[in-house]
Amino acid sequence: MVRSGIPFVAPMVALSVAGFLMPLAVLAAFSFRDPAGGFGVGNYAKLLADPLALEVLFDTLFLGAKVVTLTTLLGLPIALLYWHAGPRQRSLIVFLTLLPMLTSNVVRTFAWIVILGRQGPVSQMLLQLGIIPFPRSFLFNETAVVVVLSQIELPLLLLPIMAVMSRADRNLVSAAQTLGAGPWRIAWSVLLPLAAPGILAGWVLVFASATTSYVTQAVIGGARHIYLPQYIYREVGVLFQWPSAAAIAMVLLASTGVVMAALAALARHPRLAAHG
Amino acid sequence: MASQDRVYSIVVRGLGWLAIAFMVAPVFVGLAMSFTAGQTLKFPPDGFSLRWYRALFDPALSAPIHAAIWNSLKIALLAVAGTLLFAMPAAYGATRLKPRASAFVEPLMLAPLVLPTLVYGLAALIAFTSIGLYPSLPMVVIGHVVVFGPLMYRACVAIASRLDPSLEEASTLLGVGAFLTFVRVTLPLMVPGILAGTFLVFMQSLDNVSVSLFLADARTSVLPLRMFQMIEESLDVRVAAISGLLIAIVFLGLFFARRVLEPSQTS
Repeated sequence: MVRSGIPFVAPMVALSVAGFLMPLAVLAAFSFRDPAGGFGVGNYAKLLADPLALEVLFDTLFLGAKVVTLTTLLGLPIALLYWHAGPRQRSLIVFLTLLPMLTSNVVRTFAWIVILGRQGPVSQMLLQLGIIPFPRSFLFNETAVVVVLSQIELPLLLLPIMAVMSRADRNLVSAAQTLGAGPWRIAWSVLLPLAAPGILAGWVLVFASATTSYVTQAVIGGARHIYLPQYIYREVGVLFQWPSAAAIAMVLLASTGVVMAALAALARHPRLAAHG
Repeated sequence: MASQDRVYSIVVRGLGWLAIAFMVAPVFVGLAMSFTAGQTLKFPPDGFSLRWYRALFDPALSAPIHAAIWNSLKIALLAVAGTLLFAMPAAYGATRLKPRASAFVEPLMLAPLVLPTLVYGLAALIAFTSIGLYPSLPMVVIGHVVVFGPLMYRACVAIASRLDPSLEEASTLLGVGAFLTFVRVTLPLMVPGILAGTFLVFMQSLDNVSVSLFLADARTSVLPLRMFQMIEESLDVRVAAISGLLIAIVFLGLFFARRVLEPSQTS
């Protein structure tokens, strides 16, 4: 005699509809409101005709792609390390992943100002090696934004991979070994497909987070490299162009949606879905 | 074969620990910076002192920061309370739904996780103001409950789905009502999930910018935005002291909640 879960779920469903779906619907409707009154695609037409807005949009999507790439390059060795580690070392790796993840983004961004600043360790090391003639700052460029965001988002990629791996069947690896596969072959043909659902889940989180991290983009990128969140905030808070901000937000949402749909389709690919 | 194994092991270990060092180093840089005796963000710091902590705690000098900390703590605690009221019971209920109902509920509960929170912040601003609710502290709390509800939900679902239904049945058979059974039998069993969820929601709320940016009014300054302004304006070293305090909270929380936050438990 298990009781029905409906009464327990109902308040949250109501909150999600009123507090989440309704605002999104209003945002969508608002984006079609013309400044002159009436409805139409004017905001979108203006957006597509504005080279600055388009540049900001593509820079932001590319930023997301670059951060996804770098986090993957950094994350895969950690994932393999985690796979081969014993229980105590696994627990240490999880701790070292949760520690930065739970540390405030603003705090980590601030730490990077120290690291990349004129008096920071990077500048001093390069100075002593004679690579740069005098101390300089490595902030305020896109490479810095990509590096910093990769450090900030890396745990979001690692945790889903570790979750998948901690449930994985070790017999698959033993079988591959028995069949004579070397460690590289196993990593590529067994472990990578095994971790694929976690990697794809992580990519979605990293992309969504990297494209919208207002503070890091603003502080590390500086005033010359503007991304969509700052652009949207300027439209709303400074220019009071709410309908046009809504249109840009919808474009960001749609772009993220396309990326996620592509990844979901990839996850259903037979080679990847086999183990998932 | 053996040499191939050795190369593999060295490469994986070398690159793996290097990547972990890259991931963790900024936390320790932030912590070390907070104890500098110098006036600037020179690293390694010029000597050791607690002067920036003293400056941070000075009630006259740092009053605006204290107000922001106070607001952020209020928001974070209310957001935790909100997710406990809405998301925690929903996680329990969702494990007791028919498959068709849960196929509808599950994605709805988790959707805010994958939506860029900045887009949600703007959507909430437009929607709430259109029905006469203007940016204020309660609006920020509602926004945080919606956006971080899934964290509480996910942490609790992991536990709730493993509960033994016979415990509740026993309680019901003994004549205890549904509500009391939930409070006295089910809730205590869900404590690990609740703790993990509370910690996650609290930390995320304390750090949130993208929702607070749109839903907080000019009077309600919140800590991450205050820190952002301090960084942009003057690179105030007190930011390092705030960072040190926040990192200490993370260490404390991880010390207590670490077991329940393991990836095999929460996702």
